[in-house]
Amino acid sequence: MKIKVIATALAVAALGVSSAAADILDTIKDRGTLIVGVKADYKPYGFLDTSGAIIGIEPDLAQDVANKLGVAIEFVPVVSSNRMQFLEQGKIDLMIATMTDKPDRREVVLIPEPNYYSSGTNILALKSLGLKDWEDLRGKPVCGIQGAFYNKATSQNYGAEIVAFKGTAEAYSALKGGNCAAFVYDDSAIVAKAADPDWADYEMPLKTIDDAPWGLAVALGEQAFADLMSEMIIDWHKTGRILALETKWGVENTPFAKAMHDKFK
Amino acid sequence: MDFVFDWFRVLYQETGINLPFLYDEYDRNRMIDGFFTTVWLSMVCLFFSVIIGIIGAWLQGSSFKWTRRIINSYIQIFRNTPPLVQLYFFYFAIGTLLPRIENDWGGQSPILGSFAWAAISLSFFAGAFNVEIFRSGIEAVPKSTVEAAEALGFSKLQIYREITLPLAFRVVLPALNNNLVNLVKTTTLAYAIAVPEMLYEANQIWSDNVNVTEMMVFLLLAYFVLVGVLVGGMNRWERAMKIPGYGG
Repeated sequence: MKIKVIATALAVAALGVSSAAADILDTIKDRGTLIVGVKADYKPYGFLDTSGAIIGIEPDLAQDVANKLGVAIEFVPVVSSNRMQFLEQGKIDLMIATMTDKPDRREVVLIPEPNYYSSGTNILALKSLGLKDWEDLRGKPVCGIQGAFYNKATSQNYGAEIVAFKGTAEAYSALKGGNCAAFVYDDSAIVAKAADPDWADYEMPLKTIDDAPWGLAVALGEQAFADLMSEMIIDWHKTGRILALETKWGVENTPFAKAMHDKFK
Repeated sequence: MDFVFDWFRVLYQETGINLPFLYDEYDRNRMIDGFFTTVWLSMVCLFFSVIIGIIGAWLQGSSFKWTRRIINSYIQIFRNTPPLVQLYFFYFAIGTLLPRIENDWGGQSPILGSFAWAAISLSFFAGAFNVEIFRSGIEAVPKSTVEAAEALGFSKLQIYREITLPLAFRVVLPALNNNLVNLVKTTTLAYAIAVPEMLYEANQIWSDNVNVTEMMVFLLLAYFVLVGVLVGGMNRWERAMKIPGYGG
């Protein structure tokens, strides 16, 4: 009798867990499409080709997930200020959108371990200013992007006066116009800009700080999907998929990707 | 005071209602700065837009054809284009054409910063409406009153300053009130050119803390109170200026 009760309880528990957890994966398979939120303005991680299709490192990773599930893929372009909301509202199943993994974000979305990528913060500034250290920014106006998490740190720790704009185009224009001494942004994007002939007078003079890991995310409570993504991320690192994609899209292999490859190899 | 702030931290931990601009000192200071920037920008724009309105309406009645034409084209340009476009135009187009000055960090920066451009642009925007509002008031002053003043030997400027304008002012106050309320609300656009006013600071705070809902509610209430104070003041002024038997 006792055994029967325990067995029933276990069976119910197992049923409960599997039916609740398999939810989104079932939905995706029924629908036949995986809907992924990616960036469309962040070359080369997610951007538009000449035909308007979204391509880049992150769309390639998303394609791997769709292949694994055996479904078609659909991309939804997201920006920093709406990507977590899209996931919460169920507009997208999965988000791979250059998002820095932070504890307060983990309260809103489910970020599977380990992290798939990493980048840090640096500045773009005129060579003639001769900036050497983050402390050199104290009291100077520094352009930024509204919503970037490092704005607060840059002004709190180094005393810079952040002048934040809506998009990168306005910020670059304000920097060129002399409205700010520097532009604080992701180092991965600044490297590309500093190599541009139009920006020959500018440099990335400081040591990259806040090297922070990026997390892809699924909606809270979707543990089965998160477990599957964890496996996939480990697999990407193990097989050197991330390193290969960096090379494919013209980015130098980052220390983080190399370290993770060595760790899981 | 600190225990009040700490109470809001506890409120966040217990209920999830996150108001960091109350319990976090850094966020609190920038919200306060944002509030005063909004108030200061509003006051500067209110002042200059009314001045532009008064002078513009006077020049509209000028006997020189070209003065009237210039004023009318100013009104057309500023009234018929969106204020956000004007802000971008002033800041990114005009601002970069002006000569630059050596700044204290060893670079070259434009003479006018984002706050100055926001003040100029919004004053001209609201000023264009104010010119038309004042014109309506001036036209409401009976011609016979002006003729009587002329007969008494008042000069053109004296008539405008001593007779037409004081009477017109009482007529236009409700319409002016409307436009000035709109102007205070339009100052939120200045966040597009990075003027650190209330909406801009709130945007930074909600980006750092992922508390969009709470900040939206706070912003709505803050502007409601701010504009409420302005409307209250204007209504008092309207009552204080009332002349028995004139204009309802």
